[in-house]
Amino acid sequence: MKINILAFGIAREIVGSSCTTELTGLLVQDLKRDLGAQYPRLKQLSSFMIAVNGVYAQPEQVINAGDEVAIIPPVSGG
Amino acid sequence: MSDLIITNETIDVQQCIDTVMTPESGGIDVFIGTVRDTTKGKKVVRLEFEAYESMALNELQKIVDEIKNKWPVHKIIIHHRTGVLYTGDVAVVIAVSAAHRDAAFEACRYAIDTLKQTVPIWKKEVFEDGEVWVAAHP
Repeated sequence: MKINILAFGIAREIVGSSCTTELTGLLVQDLKRDLGAQYPRLKQLSSFMIAVNGVYAQPEQVINAGDEVAIIPPVSGG
Repeated sequence: MSDLIITNETIDVQQCIDTVMTPESGGIDVFIGTVRDTTKGKKVVRLEFEAYESMALNELQKIVDEIKNKWPVHKIIIHHRTGVLYTGDVAVVIAVSAAHRDAAFEACRYAIDTLKQTVPIWKKEVFEDGEVWVAAHP
């Protein structure tokens, strides 16, 4: 399944404001692994989270076609 | 005025205070986050804020819900800037009203501390000789 992914902050500078990736698995942890392989600079961050439909996603969560998926690098508001 | 706002326009601090003031409130606690001119001894030229707005509003709402479960507060507003900010500009305003000061102080502190940990907003510090996304790297 191909999915479109939003990216913000430093993740946007690494992957672009959005990118498309071919999922090799169904889970959030699979996507994180694929993104890390595709964009090694993501792995150098303190952490990066995945949000699905505007909510922080758990590693075992399933990604479905049509979900809004985003890369969330360490936040720094305030 | 909406209670939770992500905006690229100047935040009106007085309007935030007026919004949370209620007849039953005995105290209003206000946190104002501003742009400081140095970080670790380096002169800051500007800050650039960006937000994942729809998710940021969700996360802010969670903070408000948690506060209302924990403390007897009356009203809470949180306004956060995006875009380019310079020294002295207001980046965030949190205002909380309650009957008594303890709840207002504690809830306000909880709101800014949690915002910094969970709300998808990012700031880049731009120095004279480079730039860095705050907290991005170990």
